[in-house]
Amino acid sequence: MARMNMVQALNSAMDVMLGRDPRVVILGEDVGYFGGVFRCTEGLQRKYGEHRVLDTPIAEGGIIAAAIGMGVNGLKPVAEIQFADYIYPGFDQVVSELARLRYRSAGEFAAPVTIRTPCGGGIRGGQTHSQSPEGIFTHVCGVKVVMPSNPYDAKGLLISSIEDDDPVVFFEPKRIYNGPFDGDPHKPAVPWSAHPRGEVPEGHYTVPIGRAQIVREGKDVTVLAYGTMVHVAEAAVRAAGVDAEIIDVRTMAPLDVDVLCTSVCKTGRCVVVHEATRFGGYGAELVATVQEHCFWNLEAPVQRVTGWDTPYPHAFEWEYFPGQARIAAALKEVMEPA
Amino acid sequence: MTPRSRLHVPSPPARPGQEPDFSYVQISPAGAVGRPDVMAAVRDMEEISVQMVRVLDEENLAVGPWNPHLEPAELQVGLRHMLLTRLFDDRMQKIQRQGRISFYIKSTGEEAVAVAQCMALQPGDMLFPSYRQQGLHVVRGRNLVDLMCQCLSNTRDFCKGRQMPIMYHWGKGNIFSISGNLATQFPQAVGWAMAAAIKGEDRIAATWIGEGSSAEADFHYGMTFAAVYQAPVILNLVNNQWAISTFQGFAGGEHRTFAQRGPGYGIPGIRVDGNDFLAVYAATQWAAQRARQSGGATLIEHVTYRTAAHSTSDDPSRYRPKEEWRAWPLGDPVLRLKAHLIALGEWSEERHALLEKELDAHVTACWKEAESYGTLTAGPSLDPLTMFEDVLKDMPQNLVHQREELRKELEARPKATPAVQPQAKEG
Repeated sequence: MARMNMVQALNSAMDVMLGRDPRVVILGEDVGYFGGVFRCTEGLQRKYGEHRVLDTPIAEGGIIAAAIGMGVNGLKPVAEIQFADYIYPGFDQVVSELARLRYRSAGEFAAPVTIRTPCGGGIRGGQTHSQSPEGIFTHVCGVKVVMPSNPYDAKGLLISSIEDDDPVVFFEPKRIYNGPFDGDPHKPAVPWSAHPRGEVPEGHYTVPIGRAQIVREGKDVTVLAYGTMVHVAEAAVRAAGVDAEIIDVRTMAPLDVDVLCTSVCKTGRCVVVHEATRFGGYGAELVATVQEHCFWNLEAPVQRVTGWDTPYPHAFEWEYFPGQARIAAALKEVMEPA
Repeated sequence: MTPRSRLHVPSPPARPGQEPDFSYVQISPAGAVGRPDVMAAVRDMEEISVQMVRVLDEENLAVGPWNPHLEPAELQVGLRHMLLTRLFDDRMQKIQRQGRISFYIKSTGEEAVAVAQCMALQPGDMLFPSYRQQGLHVVRGRNLVDLMCQCLSNTRDFCKGRQMPIMYHWGKGNIFSISGNLATQFPQAVGWAMAAAIKGEDRIAATWIGEGSSAEADFHYGMTFAAVYQAPVILNLVNNQWAISTFQGFAGGEHRTFAQRGPGYGIPGIRVDGNDFLAVYAATQWAAQRARQSGGATLIEHVTYRTAAHSTSDDPSRYRPKEEWRAWPLGDPVLRLKAHLIALGEWSEERHALLEKELDAHVTACWKEAESYGTLTAGPSLDPLTMFEDVLKDMPQNLVHQREELRKELEARPKATPAVQPQAKEG
């Protein structure tokens, strides 16, 4: 086993797939010669050539459209959108085309495209480099939506996504590219090398899409989180001294309802955590699912911990970010209902 | 006086009740435009994006360097395909008026674009049409019954009732699925062509867009990617003068030709008489040859006229002179090819009348068969539970549950539920 950070794990996943499957191609802004602004595709063009790893014009709609055409012609494109905040020019190509091609052609055409895109805040990115738009894509039937929280899952899930016959929007929480982050920006950065999920096999393996993972077993309350927020939740639970069961959702769509609801039925309490804005967000889907399946087991109203319903402000990043204190307050609320 | 800016709002030359005026359409004499070498540099052939490539002259003879020298037998096949497309369109329009299908879009007046182009391409070439190129299916030999069943959303509908009428696709025939969202296919075709080049195939792609929808960003994406990667693709812009109610000036056609956008991107642009079967064929052949020789993409502007309404939901008499089509200076593609064949001594009014009768009977027979597989409102119908299939390759749990919910809902429903005619929407 090797020690990898998330960037290296993602690079390794693409390296493995480019090597194994001649249909796999990488395309995106700055991904070729330069290796990507976050270095995720470093060295891949040198190794596999300019026809497998393509720099593209700055046109997200064009990147996704071209990837669709390539997919229809038998390739397995992995398109990088440099920041999730830049994905909107390609939104029509995702929603109206990529997601519905199989359906509208009754299975005759499909485009197995993986769209990788860094998301989330905490890097002083302001309102155009910090967004978490996963909930916008989970509302689109016909695409799978994934967000890993650690290097091991990142590589295994990305390989699964590339191998999948359906399109996948693959969100990469960029704040944890280089190390797990517990929500406190004043603490020194922690590398992935000290984390058990920083151990990553060099070769091919998969983490299945559509399966959540129990990160910490517990009896008193279930915390549902994904991406960066898994680590913040772990720290908050530790500090609160609560026996919480923490579940890393990992795949937003299709959702692993069984694992989530089995846990909530057991604990009787639930806190849903995500970095994205709250109103109409993905957390609402989780809460609705929980109440539908676990209502008679619930001891307290389900709580949501999220970013505020404002754009991500540059100067007030840590007042916006749903850190440990906000999670602690929700845990308290759900454990001691008034 | 202080200079002030003034907003220019384009206005068509004639509105209802006024004399049609097509003086804005610049037309070159047949045979007058040179035919550059297929591998010529873009900067050396901007002429063909400004002039108009035409082959059929006033005497209905083929003249000039673009004459593709087709055999009379091939011309007769072309005429047959165009005529069949027209008769099929006419019949489906009538059927829509009778309320038996929800919607239809005719290609009347612009049949040469799809038919001549498809005949100039190889069967393995991949086609990404918009909604007005039904001639592609006709040329590639599709059974009209299949197309009719799609329009009927019946038990033989290859779209399984998921698409409005005319949103066809045909995997085996290498014709891509029509979206209904405009222009999206344009950059997709470029991606398909890039993949063909990556794989080292000699297949090329062709795609069609209207002059109206060339205003979408997708046009720009397609042009940029095609230019950057010299993708083997033919990018067709069908300038039929009207995008529903807005004339071509609203797509930016007032000051330069649409073909001239090609050289702006570093792509050859050919402005062609879209109602001249031979000119369309020749331009396509030129572009296909260039693409197959790694010369990259070509933009072809087909200057034609949308003789029909935009769709069955549209009434063009509200925004353009009713008889405007009669004044269209480039005539009718079917009549012009017919006249050419007659001038060659390879066709006659009698043979034409016979062919028309034969094709009309064929359309009637196809419709009879198609209807026997059910309509939206009567006869055998699709199982609604199939609506949950093909969202993803394997059905996810939420859809398994929802299918079960619908199954129960349908079982509880009284049997004689009146069927609801879906409302047609603009496509």
